[in-house]
Amino acid sequence: MTAFAIQSVLLWSDALLFVLIGVIVGLSLWASRQDALRAAWARVAKDGVAMAAATVLAVFVLIGLLDSLHYRARLEPQPGAPARYAVEVNSALDALLSDLRQRAEKTYSAPLATHLYAKEALADSTQREFPRLKFGGAHLGDNLDNHEFDVALRASRGLAGGLVVWLLLVALVRRVNGLDLKAVMEVGAGGTATGAIFITLLPIFLLLGLAISLGGGYHVFGTDKVGQDVLYLSLKSIRTGLLIGTLTTLVMLPVAVLLGILAGYVGGWVDDLIQYLYTTLSSIPGVLLIAAAVLMMQVVIDTHPDWFATSAERADARLLALCLILGMTSWTGVARLLRGETLKLRELEFVQAAQAFGVGRFAIMRRHILPNLMHIVLISLVMDFSGLVLAEAVLSYVGVGVDPSTISFGTMINTARMELAREPMVWWSLVAAFGFMFALVLAANLFADAVRDAFDPRSSA
Amino acid sequence: MLAYIIRRLLYAIPILIGVNLLTFALFFVVNTPDDMARMQLGVKRVTPEAIQKWKAERGYDKPLVWNAAAAGTGALTDTIFFSKSVRMFAGDFGRADDGRDIAREIGQRMGPSLAIAVPTFVLGLFVAISFALLLVFFRATTLDFAGVVLCVAMMSISGLFYIIGGQWLVSKVWHLVPISGYSGGLDAAKFLMLPVIIGVIGGIGSSTRWYRTIFLEEITRDYVRTARAKGLPERVVLFRHVLRNALIPILTGVVVVIPTLFMGSLLTESFFGVPGLGSYTIDAINAQDFAVVRSMVFIGSVLYILGLLATDLSYTLADPRVRFQ
Repeated sequence: MTAFAIQSVLLWSDALLFVLIGVIVGLSLWASRQDALRAAWARVAKDGVAMAAATVLAVFVLIGLLDSLHYRARLEPQPGAPARYAVEVNSALDALLSDLRQRAEKTYSAPLATHLYAKEALADSTQREFPRLKFGGAHLGDNLDNHEFDVALRASRGLAGGLVVWLLLVALVRRVNGLDLKAVMEVGAGGTATGAIFITLLPIFLLLGLAISLGGGYHVFGTDKVGQDVLYLSLKSIRTGLLIGTLTTLVMLPVAVLLGILAGYVGGWVDDLIQYLYTTLSSIPGVLLIAAAVLMMQVVIDTHPDWFATSAERADARLLALCLILGMTSWTGVARLLRGETLKLRELEFVQAAQAFGVGRFAIMRRHILPNLMHIVLISLVMDFSGLVLAEAVLSYVGVGVDPSTISFGTMINTARMELAREPMVWWSLVAAFGFMFALVLAANLFADAVRDAFDPRSSA
Repeated sequence: MLAYIIRRLLYAIPILIGVNLLTFALFFVVNTPDDMARMQLGVKRVTPEAIQKWKAERGYDKPLVWNAAAAGTGALTDTIFFSKSVRMFAGDFGRADDGRDIAREIGQRMGPSLAIAVPTFVLGLFVAISFALLLVFFRATTLDFAGVVLCVAMMSISGLFYIIGGQWLVSKVWHLVPISGYSGGLDAAKFLMLPVIIGVIGGIGSSTRWYRTIFLEEITRDYVRTARAKGLPERVVLFRHVLRNALIPILTGVVVVIPTLFMGSLLTESFFGVPGLGSYTIDAINAQDFAVVRSMVFIGSVLYILGLLATDLSYTLADPRVRFQ
């Protein structure tokens, strides 16, 4: 039997993420055939700020997707024994960043440093000194006078590389589309704000060049308590943030849509019951309900260790459960909105015409009501995203967030928070986590605003 | 009016029963008390006797909803459901895992929570509405645009950043106020200043933007055009007409929060070491003290329902046209 060098692992969250992508692709195919929706998306595409935000989001999503292709590496084959695979589950992103992942130092070191953060007694010296890092600046050897020059050289090389790649890309697009550069910079083909995309790509490429060039020899954002590279941790956190921001809405939407439409269209005791259900749920303060549910989930997971084969699976189950819990507490708002909108739609002529023709209730709900609610669903999906990413950090701080072994912005902040009291201060992991989170949330907020403006009929004036 | 209040209060009862059933299901049916005991005792000390003892100490050794062994009404009352959940309606929350009476603890911790939450709330509301009116006054100018961009940027920053950054800057670098702690009396001011200011700054972004949208919607109405047409200065139009008429949507979002101020803010209180209800809840979550979490869930929903009622009542004050039947 030929054994592959890797065995792919499909975690539950990966599977759901791919389902989500499938749903998005399917919906966009459907939307592209609807004139109204196409027009709305065209409005989004014309908006420079929205396209810039979308570009940044796309970079984050790309990193998150790479981090969702999981596998287990094959162990050194033993003669005669069947192929065995490592317990550790890695992702494609881990493989790409294997340099960053494996070059762990002993403990904290500042960004771009060559020495550890704390003094230690060295073997060949009577005094306590700052030990050299094993990897940070190792290529310098003993010639430390070159440190600053080397950093500057690498930085400029990285910037230049990023610039060159960007120029090549612009030239390529120009060649393909047959446009001159000036036209690309202004408004591109088909009314899309291509210029905004390219302008956003420039800093992204520059930063990427910097990170690659400097990251080759140093720890760009320093290292944390156990010596892990903070840049690596920040990149790994992106997947967790994206998952919480999207899967939560995905698990919540079917419930919210179904109950919202049912309550609004059927009315009567169904309406009363559904209203009672969401009033009850929403009357419990969100954080407390989440805390209570997560505590209980923790008990379930802890008392059933046999359910999970690897620790990655357990952490993944916990992440999913968190999404589920967050979804259960947040569907109420969407359901209420959908109910209200359905009440309005029910009285419109086209619905009454359908009723007069004898179309069944469920067919009306599916064919006439649901498509007219899609803009609310979409708006709530994009509007909730940034709030959920921020909530993850807070929940992890409170102790009801993701599994402590899951790398996320919340766990990064939570572990880094204590280090501010140290002297000198360890600020880099906190700054890196907040910085990445800010970029993600800001892009999401700007994009969400544009989507809302384009789809909300009230704001079209 | 009185009839309306009474009807609304009656309507709250089924909701509270629902909340109660939900927490009961979450805490006692999804997980049996045995599970909780095992978790609390840790892996090493789990013996059937230890579990029994743990349950007996907390009164979890009774049947869940029906005690077949007890006589008469005891079959209903001598159960976990009755002793732990039903008695919450009477304000009896039982004891925390450290043996202290939860109701008394809540009474003591309400003060510090309010001392932070009320100034934050009032100041935050004032600042956000002022900024929003300012942006609306300068609407469609560069100032308005810059203000909105700033708002979006500020609401994209994690609340944790405001707290950690503020503590670092004000307390560690500038040494203006103590980094955390609390004391009673006037002395509390120096402890309260920083959390209140940080709370206000952290909330400005989203609330200013929200009020700005409300004001902008209001400003397109006909009465505003009339007011301008009769020659009122823009200042008067904004303060006398727009602000007054925008009160209803503002109240919808604001009044409901007031009763929940008692609950304090989880993050602020625990970062600043304030002995309020928020830090009480966080400590309970970290210590996995289920009794306290359950009580806080219940109190939280009572306060929320009161908030909804207060919202409806406040409409009559803001808009005399609103009448209740």
